[in-house]
Amino acid sequence: MSRIGVFTCHCGENIGATVDCGKVAECSRSIPGVVHSVDYKYMCSDPGQGMIKEAIKEHGLTGVVVAACSPRMHEPTFRNAVAEAGLNPYLCEMANLREHCSWVHEKGEVTTEKAADLVRVMVEKVKHNQPLHPIRVPVTKRALVLGGGIAGIQAALDIADAGHKVVLVEKSPSIGGHMSQLSETFPTLDCSQCILTPRMVEAARHPNITLMTYAELEKLEGFIGNFKATIRRKARKLDEKLCTGCGLCIQKCPQKKIPDEFNEGLGQRTAIYVPFPQAVPNKPVIDTANCTFFKSGKCKVCEKMCPTGAIRYDQEDELVTLDVGALVLATGFKVMRTDKFPEYGYGQDPDILDGLQFERLASASGPTLGVMKRPSDGKEPETVVFLACSGSRDRAKGVPYCSKICCMYTAKHAMLYRHKVHHGKAVVFYMDIRSGGKDYDEFVRRAIEEDDVQYVRGRVSKIHREDGKLVVKGADTLQGGAPVEIRADMVVLATAVQSQDGSEELAQKLHVSYDPYHFFAESHPKLKPVETNTAGIFLAGACQAPRDIPETVAQASGAAAKVAALFARDELTREPVVAVVNRLPAPTFSYCVGCFLCQSACPYQAIEQEEIKGRDGSVLKVVARVNAGLCQGCGTCVATCRTKAIDIQGFSNEQIYAELMTL
Amino acid sequence: MGSHAHAPTAPDTLKARIREHLGVNLNHCYQCGKCSAGCPVAEDMDMTSSRALRLLQLGDPALDRKVMESEGIWLCLTCETCSTRCPQEVEVAKVMDHVRTEALRAGLAHPRSRDILAFHRAFLDSIRVTGRLYEIGLVANYKVRSRHFLKDVALAPKMYLRGKLPLLPHLIKGRDAVGRIFAKTLGKGR
Amino acid sequence: MRIGYYPGCSLLGSSREFDESVRAVMGALGVELVQVPDWNCCGASSAHVLDAALAAALPARILAQAAAAGLDEVLAPCAACYNRLVSAQDSIAKDPRLAKEVEEAVGAPAGRVKVLNVLEVLDRLRPEIQARIQAPYARKVACYYGCLLVRPPRVVKFDRPEDPRSMDLLAAAAGATPVEWPFKTECCGASFSVTRTDLVAKLSGRVLEGAVKAGAEAVLVACPMCQSNLDMRRPEINARLGRDLEIPVLYITQALGLALGLEPEKLGLQRHFVPALARV
Repeated sequence: MSRIGVFTCHCGENIGATVDCGKVAECSRSIPGVVHSVDYKYMCSDPGQGMIKEAIKEHGLTGVVVAACSPRMHEPTFRNAVAEAGLNPYLCEMANLREHCSWVHEKGEVTTEKAADLVRVMVEKVKHNQPLHPIRVPVTKRALVLGGGIAGIQAALDIADAGHKVVLVEKSPSIGGHMSQLSETFPTLDCSQCILTPRMVEAARHPNITLMTYAELEKLEGFIGNFKATIRRKARKLDEKLCTGCGLCIQKCPQKKIPDEFNEGLGQRTAIYVPFPQAVPNKPVIDTANCTFFKSGKCKVCEKMCPTGAIRYDQEDELVTLDVGALVLATGFKVMRTDKFPEYGYGQDPDILDGLQFERLASASGPTLGVMKRPSDGKEPETVVFLACSGSRDRAKGVPYCSKICCMYTAKHAMLYRHKVHHGKAVVFYMDIRSGGKDYDEFVRRAIEEDDVQYVRGRVSKIHREDGKLVVKGADTLQGGAPVEIRADMVVLATAVQSQDGSEELAQKLHVSYDPYHFFAESHPKLKPVETNTAGIFLAGACQAPRDIPETVAQASGAAAKVAALFARDELTREPVVAVVNRLPAPTFSYCVGCFLCQSACPYQAIEQEEIKGRDGSVLKVVARVNAGLCQGCGTCVATCRTKAIDIQGFSNEQIYAELMTL
Repeated sequence: MGSHAHAPTAPDTLKARIREHLGVNLNHCYQCGKCSAGCPVAEDMDMTSSRALRLLQLGDPALDRKVMESEGIWLCLTCETCSTRCPQEVEVAKVMDHVRTEALRAGLAHPRSRDILAFHRAFLDSIRVTGRLYEIGLVANYKVRSRHFLKDVALAPKMYLRGKLPLLPHLIKGRDAVGRIFAKTLGKGR
Repeated sequence: MRIGYYPGCSLLGSSREFDESVRAVMGALGVELVQVPDWNCCGASSAHVLDAALAAALPARILAQAAAAGLDEVLAPCAACYNRLVSAQDSIAKDPRLAKEVEEAVGAPAGRVKVLNVLEVLDRLRPEIQARIQAPYARKVACYYGCLLVRPPRVVKFDRPEDPRSMDLLAAAAGATPVEWPFKTECCGASFSVTRTDLVAKLSGRVLEGAVKAGAEAVLVACPMCQSNLDMRRPEINARLGRDLEIPVLYITQALGLALGLEPEKLGLQRHFVPALARV
């Protein structure tokens, strides 16, 4: 006979102001099987938990229902308390009176009745609960970091420094990411490459880090502690072991006019190339789409030039499978391109740049070696207009959010321009200046006060070319919206930060949530900022939301700490909410008839075939068996099973029916 | 749980009526000025579109009056550049239309809008009677209304010579139907 | 092809040559134009300034007349008429209360007739046009779309709102070389022609100067208001600019008509203030 205790929580005003908790406790007393029922202001508090523990001992409870908030919030709290009192924790259930009742209904009798019903339902379930035991699974202490920008590099270094193996996968030929393209960084104006390249080299040399550049994640299976990742290593057409990075092949490549991605199209590269001189690894790749040999079957100049015979035209992509225990997603961002601006000429004018292009123009390693020359004719621009919020906070362009970094980098751009062209005029059109951050607002003020950058509060409606100048038509809203027209030599659009291409597909591949703009979603916006909703997969940097470098680095270290904490254990315990195929005495053995529909339905490949053998070793029956390590408890197999041979532990058909029949 | 915001907009304001009749929420305007920046007549206006939106946004009858009394609303050409480029998708030109209608009804139309109004009224008079525009009638009516008797006198003969100015109006059969449309709509103030 | 035709008031008066050239070109391309019976004025740029319901009801009667005549599609060559008809459909669809009021005033529902502008119809006929070119209109042209064909984009849903292309493609089909220029959709001053001629001179002046600067030898238009402002108001424009701009302003249908080998008189070219054929 069940002896159930019901504990109704007021959650302060959260439940108490809407639901008559005393009445719920009173009603619960009359449910058959309930031997104890009380209400209390905060059940999750120490005294509240103490009440539960004492009642278990005093009344010899065989089950506990806590009627309070969502189990997502406090189920572990109450199950721990129950366990401390000597009861199996899975004999404790929660009735959600907050999210499912008080928060969504007005105060009133029916609301209290619904609350009482929710308790009744849970009491019926608990009566059918069985003691369960957590599942233990081993942990593979190797992390996979996706993305080799500053976020991925930092996360990889921190995990590696904690003593764990890391595989750092980067889709382009070199690690470094967007940070390697930047000229100087705000608010200190130190050179981006100067502070980044030591980290890149460190990542490459670290004994615990394996670099896989020019590679992408193909497939991910498994679960926390036990993932199996398939990586596609794209063919460099080169034997990396033989290549010394001497660069002869690059010098002699006849294809020299390919728009250079690293320089954002402002420079040109060869068909066999390294993206930039400090690339890590400093080994070239052949861009087969533009290579003369791959296009016409003739050339092979690089092969002839190579002193070590490292060129491999016949090299194919390679698939590598890795066992890893955790993943850090650090796939970064992209910027909106200028062709998304019809009113500014659909990106057709060479002197209208985006922010990354300006970085390359200002960078000492860029196509102009850091000298201010406008792309159209190489002349020094004497008036440059910078447009903050280009495409950001612009619902008409599909980006209602603030891109966060543009206010700061626009101030930096204007400043860098004024430092390079002393007689030049810099005008910034802005809507608000968002410069929260250490030394950030001081930096913007410096641009205005000391470097004489003219800030105009207003957006620009149109840019067109006239008499060799870019006519920028804006307004000054501090003068009642008076039209302002500036004839500029160059315009820089601080275009919106957007999620990386392919983010949605990647998120689906990894079963990670994402927001409407395809940024990956954190598990909790405040308290779990680096976790995803999939255990064992963590986030770092701008793949989650627009971020600047300090924030990215901090978040990457946070993600690394999470991985290190996970790897500090040799095995993990998992909730035993998994499917089980029932077992019966001979000669039935199981209701399972061995149709294995469940096997094809299971999204986690968790169902195996088990042979039941007689004493003589002959196979009597083949039935399904669930691998508890792989099962995620989704219940798909339960729904498919025609003989009702499968159940989810803790959510068995019997339990669910018992709940429903109560209503 | 989250706090519930109750709309503080006073019902007796242009802001509320614009929301009701046009479905335009003036709170969307964040005063970026892009409408004024692209407006072909902004530099001729005493009050630009973005300034007008700001005053309307405050939901104060005294400020509403200021907007309705401005000359700027009558200079708007309804070219729709503002609505097209507004990052917040506020239909500025429609708002201008609405403000003009109310300004007229309230008798607040700016004195210098007289000619523009005279033209629009003369235009509608012409259609009300014949069903179609009668250009000579329009011009004559406009001249009487605006008292600009000598305006464009040289143009008419040139147009006539080029066959661009028919002397007689086109009378449609459905004149009653058009009259009925005028009677049921114009100035009824929804 | 058979299609409904709503010429609108301007095309019977000050913009007769647009009507003449549309009819001539459509005739040459084998398109039968069926006039909407007993049509009325759409309200043009005046009705919406004074009353939103009137501005929807006048077009609604036209559309009801077209629907009653069994027309599925109606060509409205005048950009202002086109814009008013499409805008009325849009406001009626979005506002049930307005829809009711309009239906009561008109005495019939507005129906579901599709309204087309002249560029949309010509675009469908581009292959035929290309096949029948006899005297290519071989000069540099600035295609000027104005406001009403492309704005507001969420309502008219035609071409790109900035830097549209459809007329340029038609001009190229007629043998012309369209220039790239930045004022394709700037406003000419529209209905202020009579009341604020000063503003029209200023705005139209900008457009014409832009066209000339881009090297155009003619401006092509598809809107009677644009045409008359750029053509009839040339003395005021030139006075303001202090220049003597002689660049002619042709309807796209006139340029196409010439290219198709039609008589200039049938296209109404003699009706322009700025001689349209001076440089032929």
